[in-house]
Amino acid sequence: MKLLSYFRGEAFQRGVHPPSCKLTASTRIRRLPFAPKVTVPLSQHIGKVPRPIVKVGQEVVRGEPIARSDEWLSVPHHAPVTGVVEFIGLRPGVRGPWVESIVIRAHPGASQEDQWGRPRDLADATGGDILQAIWDSGMVGLGGAAFPTHAKLTVPKQAKVHTLVVNGCECEPYLTCDHRVMVEQADALVAGIRYAMRATGAVRSIVGIEDNKPDAAVAIREAIARCGRIPEGEVYAELVPTKYPQGSEKMLVMALFGVEIPAGDLPVSLGMVVNNVGTLAALGKLLPAGRGLTERVVTITGPGVAKPGDYIVPLGTPLRFVLDYAGAPGAESRQVILGGPMMGQAAASLDVPITKGMSGVLVMQGDELAWREHQKTYPCIKCAECVESCPMGLNPSQLGMLAAKREYDLMGSDYHLGECFECGCCSYVCPSNIPLVQQFRIAKQILREKAISK
Amino acid sequence: MTIEIRSAPHIKGTRSVEQIMRHVVWSLMPICAFFVFQYGLSALLSLLVVTVSCLLTERFFVRQGGQSGDIGDFSAIITGLLLALSLPPGFPLWMGAVAGIVAIALGKALFGGIGFNVFNPALIGRAFVQAAFPQAIASYTPSFMPGRFYEFIPSSMTIPLMQPVSVVAWLQDRQFDALAGATPLAKWKFEGVLANADELLTSLSGHMAVGPSPVLILVCGAYLAFRRFLDWRIPAAILGSAGLTAWMLFALNDVRFPNPFFMLFSGGLILGAVYMATDMATSPVTPKGMWVYGALIGLLTVIIRYYSGLPEGVMYAILIANAATPLIEKITQPTPFGKGVLSNFGRQKKGASYPLHSGYISREDAGAVTPKKRFLFNKPKQPPKE
Repeated sequence: MKLLSYFRGEAFQRGVHPPSCKLTASTRIRRLPFAPKVTVPLSQHIGKVPRPIVKVGQEVVRGEPIARSDEWLSVPHHAPVTGVVEFIGLRPGVRGPWVESIVIRAHPGASQEDQWGRPRDLADATGGDILQAIWDSGMVGLGGAAFPTHAKLTVPKQAKVHTLVVNGCECEPYLTCDHRVMVEQADALVAGIRYAMRATGAVRSIVGIEDNKPDAAVAIREAIARCGRIPEGEVYAELVPTKYPQGSEKMLVMALFGVEIPAGDLPVSLGMVVNNVGTLAALGKLLPAGRGLTERVVTITGPGVAKPGDYIVPLGTPLRFVLDYAGAPGAESRQVILGGPMMGQAAASLDVPITKGMSGVLVMQGDELAWREHQKTYPCIKCAECVESCPMGLNPSQLGMLAAKREYDLMGSDYHLGECFECGCCSYVCPSNIPLVQQFRIAKQILREKAISK
Repeated sequence: MTIEIRSAPHIKGTRSVEQIMRHVVWSLMPICAFFVFQYGLSALLSLLVVTVSCLLTERFFVRQGGQSGDIGDFSAIITGLLLALSLPPGFPLWMGAVAGIVAIALGKALFGGIGFNVFNPALIGRAFVQAAFPQAIASYTPSFMPGRFYEFIPSSMTIPLMQPVSVVAWLQDRQFDALAGATPLAKWKFEGVLANADELLTSLSGHMAVGPSPVLILVCGAYLAFRRFLDWRIPAAILGSAGLTAWMLFALNDVRFPNPFFMLFSGGLILGAVYMATDMATSPVTPKGMWVYGALIGLLTVIIRYYSGLPEGVMYAILIANAATPLIEKITQPTPFGKGVLSNFGRQKKGASYPLHSGYISREDAGAVTPKKRFLFNKPKQPPKE
């Protein structure tokens, strides 16, 4: 029953419209002070874990590499503060288990300026040089997945990329960090887009922005005009309808170009590479200065925060320090969500650090979450709301009934469970309050383990 | 120390089962009010008795069977109201109570309560009384009888377990012939008398033996469809398919078959299409399946009405389609994103804000051979290559 979407002529017609709650859409990005101690987990990204190249007691300056790996699918880490390496070992990790981390005590008197950069002229660097520079900067996808950016921008040998799609949708409620970056750092973003285009060989770039952020589109268009050197029609800012999960790369490509990325393929099979605006804006700043990724913009928001806003946070800053500063000193870990409310992760503890892939810290009201838990769960009444809203065109109603009977193999083989990317639309709309996507996560995990053990 | 870990999504839409059911009940209120306006006290009492018997039965089974759901979820009220609306207004009250008990007990509780029923409970109840009390269910009375707000239709007050009192004498008292008690469909079937479509549409003119006005039902249904409490595809498919079939037969032989408008607006087709066939638990969840399901109901209704011994066929058509629902769902599973025609042949969907044009390098030119994502379990099984 997406009649309205149909009449509006939207290419991507499914999805849901949760209340946007973008409390911080018009506040400027502010800088968070440096915490007395930062913790840099070695595994903040998808891929191999790098090994530390500093020793306990060693002095480091802000921006200095402290961990690196020779593996291709891995990125180095850089010291977020100037100080002394205090400890290398296990620390509480974001996902729960303790992980190998480097703890640095900040020098109280240090100016905390970036001292490590090697400024360089990339005007006539080749694509390979730019990829190497991106790799050295330790950049990963800042949208949340934390996939190493140099790997994402590397085009497979036989493939060819014609379009760089820049994802400025930010469809998750509450989060505004990408929005503010687009408005305030549009010049850096355009520079980053140009680097990424050269690295991939794309001939054009399109920034897809949800139409609830027209100011971001205006800012980017102005930045494109200011840049001057860009040939006509090379970089566009294009509005797409506001809905969740518009920011999924398949949905964005659908909304922009009207084509489906075939199941199991990456966008590069259609000659496209999709990247997040935050990533490219950071690249635009870091690459010419030759620096590493030491900080990122994080949205700290939610009904439980007194001073919600988008903050530039040094990586490794403890969550508790961030929350104290933003005005949620009494927050308990059960109220805190890392990421957006639709796909974010509940914090296991407040002693975890801010990592590269963390786009938001959301503090909910405790009673609000408790209310949801006491909602009654009915059997599936087959209202078909989930079928209508599943962006991947699955049948969550059927999958949910199969999951309740633990028919996981059937779910994977006949009902396309592998296509589910866990956006949570089905659980969001379900009037019977059935935890659909939660069950699918378990089912996918079980199938993954089965596939490995075979 | 307790650790509470929640799994996303952390927010929830506002829609609930109670809300859906409550809205359906609200939308039924104008229809019930008009029904009472048409038939007076008997209709009011019939609505009350049938609904209360449904609620009591539901309560009993929820307590006894440990079933989820409760009378608080309004679903039993919908069953009761729809059942009463589908029965003749002068239907003996004790029979109405039996219909209500059967509807909930055999139609719903037996299958496991809300969400698990295979057949529309209200229609199960009606099918039962149609088989058990064929005479009583065929005896309609004309609408807008004088004095309908002061006295009951005599058959309403039949003593339990007794045959209904005949209404013929009561009708003759009021200068109506016995034929006045026949529904327009029965009149057409057995007497060859055709009612006007516009009269049927409003149910306002004359003393016709009809249910609530189709216009009113369509308006209330449109409200529900607009608020997305029912799926517009099902009524659209039923009315479209019934209208089309009736029109084709009418075009073949306009003497033997009535015009399609008579077919659409007579009997319980509109009530069935808008309220009974759209029962969520018994209709398919897949969008394509809804069209198939609706088309099946429309076709069966016309066939039963024209070629069987019964004047009315909506009830059996819906029950048969209910039974076919699992099969329909099975063959109309939605195509997942990226597995359909659109992606196989590189076709484009309309409405893209930046459609791909020929200036782009096509997939073939790029010769893209890309690493597949590693969702191993969704792939056809292949022996591992050593």
